[in-house]
Amino acid sequence: MSRPLRSFIKPQFIALALILLLNWILFPGFFNLFFRDGRLYGSLIDVLNRGAPVAILAIGMTAVIATRGIDLSVGAVMAIAGAVAATMVGDGHPLFLVIMAALAAGLVCGLWNGSLVALLGLQPIIATLILMVAGRGIAQTITEGFIVTFNDPGLIFMGSGSILGLPTPIIIMVTLAALATAAFRLTALGLFVEAIGVNRSASTYAGLRSRALLIGVYTFAGFCAAISGIIAAADIRGADANNVGLWLELDAILAVVIGGTSLMGGRFSIPMSVVGALIIQAMNTGILVSGFPPEFNLLVKAALIIVILVVQSPLAGRIWYFIAPSRKRPPPSSPAETPATSTEGTLK
Amino acid sequence: MNVRYWPLIATITIFVVAYALAVMQFPALFSTRVLGNLLTDNAFLGVAAVGMTFVILSGGIDLSVGSVIAFSGVLVAVLISQFGLHPLAAFAITLFVCTCFGSTMGAMIHYLEVPAFIVTLAGMFLARGVTFLLTQDSIPINHAFYDWVRQFYYVMPGGGRITFNGGLMLIVFLVGIVLAHRTRFGSYVYALGGNAQSAALLGVPVARTTIGVYAVSSFLAGLSGIVYSLYTSSGYPLAAVGVELETIAAVVIGGTLLSGGVGFMFGTLIGITIQGMIQTYIVFDGTLSSWWTKIVIGGLLFGFIVMQRVIVAASKRDWRKKPYAQSAPSL
Amino acid sequence: MPEPVLSAAHIDKSFLDNKVLDDVGIDLMPGEIHALLGENGAGKSTLIKILTGAYTHDAGTILLDGKPVHPRDTKHAQEMGVGTVYQEVNLLPNMTVAENLYIGRQPLKFGLVDNRKMERDARALLSRYQLNVDVGSQLDTYSVAVQQIVAIARAVDISGKVLILDEPTASLDQHEVEVLFGILQRLKADGLAIVFITHFLDQVYEIADRATVLRNGRRVGSRAMADLPRMDLVTMMLGHAIADTHALRIGGGRQPGGLFASFKDYALAGKAAPFDLDLHEGEIVGVAGLLGSGRTEMARLLFGIDRPDSGELTVKGKPCKLREPRDAIALGFGFAPEDRKVDGILGDLTVRENIAIALQARQGWTRPLSQKAQVDLADRFVRALDIRTTGIEQPVKFLSGGNQQKVVLARWLATNPKLLILDEPTRGIDVGAHAEIIRMINSLCDQGMSLLVISSELDEIVAYSSRVLVLRDRAISGELRGAHISVGAIVKMIAMQPEVQDA
Repeated sequence: MSRPLRSFIKPQFIALALILLLNWILFPGFFNLFFRDGRLYGSLIDVLNRGAPVAILAIGMTAVIATRGIDLSVGAVMAIAGAVAATMVGDGHPLFLVIMAALAAGLVCGLWNGSLVALLGLQPIIATLILMVAGRGIAQTITEGFIVTFNDPGLIFMGSGSILGLPTPIIIMVTLAALATAAFRLTALGLFVEAIGVNRSASTYAGLRSRALLIGVYTFAGFCAAISGIIAAADIRGADANNVGLWLELDAILAVVIGGTSLMGGRFSIPMSVVGALIIQAMNTGILVSGFPPEFNLLVKAALIIVILVVQSPLAGRIWYFIAPSRKRPPPSSPAETPATSTEGTLK
Repeated sequence: MNVRYWPLIATITIFVVAYALAVMQFPALFSTRVLGNLLTDNAFLGVAAVGMTFVILSGGIDLSVGSVIAFSGVLVAVLISQFGLHPLAAFAITLFVCTCFGSTMGAMIHYLEVPAFIVTLAGMFLARGVTFLLTQDSIPINHAFYDWVRQFYYVMPGGGRITFNGGLMLIVFLVGIVLAHRTRFGSYVYALGGNAQSAALLGVPVARTTIGVYAVSSFLAGLSGIVYSLYTSSGYPLAAVGVELETIAAVVIGGTLLSGGVGFMFGTLIGITIQGMIQTYIVFDGTLSSWWTKIVIGGLLFGFIVMQRVIVAASKRDWRKKPYAQSAPSL
Repeated sequence: MPEPVLSAAHIDKSFLDNKVLDDVGIDLMPGEIHALLGENGAGKSTLIKILTGAYTHDAGTILLDGKPVHPRDTKHAQEMGVGTVYQEVNLLPNMTVAENLYIGRQPLKFGLVDNRKMERDARALLSRYQLNVDVGSQLDTYSVAVQQIVAIARAVDISGKVLILDEPTASLDQHEVEVLFGILQRLKADGLAIVFITHFLDQVYEIADRATVLRNGRRVGSRAMADLPRMDLVTMMLGHAIADTHALRIGGGRQPGGLFASFKDYALAGKAAPFDLDLHEGEIVGVAGLLGSGRTEMARLLFGIDRPDSGELTVKGKPCKLREPRDAIALGFGFAPEDRKVDGILGDLTVRENIAIALQARQGWTRPLSQKAQVDLADRFVRALDIRTTGIEQPVKFLSGGNQQKVVLARWLATNPKLLILDEPTRGIDVGAHAEIIRMINSLCDQGMSLLVISSELDEIVAYSSRVLVLRDRAISGELRGAHISVGAIVKMIAMQPEVQDA
């Protein structure tokens, strides 16, 4: 079997295909596409379009998780970036400046998170919790507590416009995923990020700048969150500091985990995280179009997490090792490899 | 003095100074009425925060608290209003279900060796999802028992009322303090948060304690949902969104180390009170906006987390400096 | 002849295919202090963990008071009478002294912990050790020495037959050690059997009655200290009779080239006493010394992992500063650390990536090595060093220890280093790979590289070193050159009594 063909038989693709198929069974018009006013419409496009914000968050989150970290603040950063964009566009600033300012806000937030993690040595979950709590307050300070609405066609275009017949968010998502993948894989950055996630001490010994890299990764996550925030604000033509991006950090983390990047750091794949985000959105859309209450989705997500946890857990690994000893597969851990080290987990 | 008391002392100092400053500006804040309202308004938060304190002391985290509160409130409402059960029976069933839920999460954390963060995240989705399955809308509770309960209150000198809810929160804190500081279970929780490996070597039942901690947390979240239903006379599936963050913030501002093992239940009470104070002050001021609560709490969180980081570093150096001679046995 | 209180015989233990204990035995008499000695990887800690129930043994018997026992876990072993105190003091620093002594068995009153009684009991218990501390204070407000005694008090109180002390003196000062020894003497007089693990030979001679020496997972022997000369003991630990050490000498005749790096007055408080070190091109400097003599600490300083309190470095005549390993790498240094798993390999990454990482780090992220360049690099070193792997895309964690070590070496060789620091390059490696690595060290030197090799395999050091530094108590205690290098001379230097013993 040729290599590109084989790479399509990953469980994530099968899962996505199954979910789409299920959607089709429940709602026969699911795969219908039609062209109107110079733009494609249809449930499939909807999945891509609605999934874009989480997918974009997941792109940044992937890099963070690959370093064995986590970023809980991306939802709040979305709110901040959206607030900056909406407020500035309302004040009549040119679109370019508005977008630059919103992206800069995201970069600053990411820099803050990264500094806490890399320089102060805080656990990522604790460090990013601060901005998760304070971020929406900051966003509300910017919008002065109002839901700032706007009519600027340029900014609205980011959320509901279309390029080449496809909604702008899809174009942004695909472009960002491609650029990020290129930035990580055509340079040595991807290797460095994986090395730090696998073994930070050994990476430092090998001459990597682990601190600078960590700061960079969190800054990138902030940048992605800002893009996602601009799209979300543009979509509703306003900045709702309280609700935009609410719990999306958890969806983004879930997308990354579904995409196969381990919460314990190391190997990562940005495209697969995007697929993960699309799986989540396909379930969302499927539940919507087939007439189930949208909250049903929470149950499906919970079930998904539990399944992934059970499958990936060391316990399952040990059981698998005993069930299938014939397969040449090293055990998850032998006592010799896990001496009594301090329990300094990244995640608690 | 032991550096580990610093966070608690800092918390109390911040509370006293902030309160004094606020009272100087608005003398009306210095009344038992304000205090009574503060207790009543934050009762459900306080009850949940007691559970969160146990979880964080053990070195874990529980993201499911807000969802469990909503679930409990809705289940109680459904059982009373749709099934016609007596509220006390509804309470018992609800608390039992919540406790089982927490135990299951604890068991998964221990036996699957996965981070508490991700297990309780699943719990958060699950509880909220089940709540929505029960109802999409707010379910009102009209039962004589609720009216009967609400007539209990204690009038403090100055006219402030400690309502049933406020009183219940104080009792829960009292029980929490005893459980944390005066029982073997409490000492196991501290041991687990201090160093899980050492704890196991010293014979601490790690599995039982982990499961117990999350059972307590979900039980109290369930109780918090009941308190909330008494407060609002209804069950609402969108209630208490984000309460887990508020409780975590209260616990940390109360001086408990987020990485576990160090802290006091009493500090959490102060943490809840500080949060309530900020809200009360904003209401009194009238010009300040509510979002300042979040920013101030975020700032306090940052301050406390950095302080704890410094303390941990300081206490590591501390014992190296301390001369053995001080306590050296005479030979 | 009294019966041994604990007697372990023919103990085997393997992890996967790696046999770490092979037919090991130990007898503990009541009222004796028994030293358990051996270098890293000798099997000391595995044996201890089997005796205390942390591991189960594959074969062999453990008799406690003459009856066979099978400790299920630590708690079970404790209840049967075998208590352990670990070096890193496995207590709970965040809890009070009294809680540490009684956790899990606190006295209860009306279902609640009776703190007053617990603290009274704790004071009474500690007074037997003449330790007068506030038992209500948090444990970490006291020094390690006090924590150590608290741990001993707890272990003896619960177990009371056998007390195992794993490097109890590693972080104690002279006075604290004396206090500890006083306590051990009293416990011995009470009839306890005490196992004492340490790497300070002076202390062994001061306190122990007998010693059992392990080496490479086998028992070398058990001897009474009274008729065991220091030289014999060191020889037992390092594994060579001095008579047959006319090992092949390659290094001695070598003519070193010009001065490469010069460390002057390098020092770090508590880790390394001030030392001067000159490293020449085409020279192998061997570093010998027992565990804990400061070997690894020295290497960490030289590679910029720890920053010295004082000292200057000149490389090729130019003054330099090492703030982090990157700086050292930029100067052409490489370092293969002792603990491969923790500091060396990137387990989940492939052989190819592990080999390329240091070179890539030096080039910077903007100039990636092409896939082809990485493959060529990896292929070249896999062939040159004969790395046994199913392919260069195999995750390195699946390789054997020796091959992992070669991967780490390849990583540095790929950067074309001028100075290579190797900390125990042959530890845990099978005999074949062992010889290959030594051959490689020699050929690298012949190509003009400067090498500093730390090893507890003395015949190895003798075989390749141009000079040998001997470390003792975190200081360079002597240097051997040319014809003076021999296993005997090194052992003599290691075993030498300190000239001035401060009382």
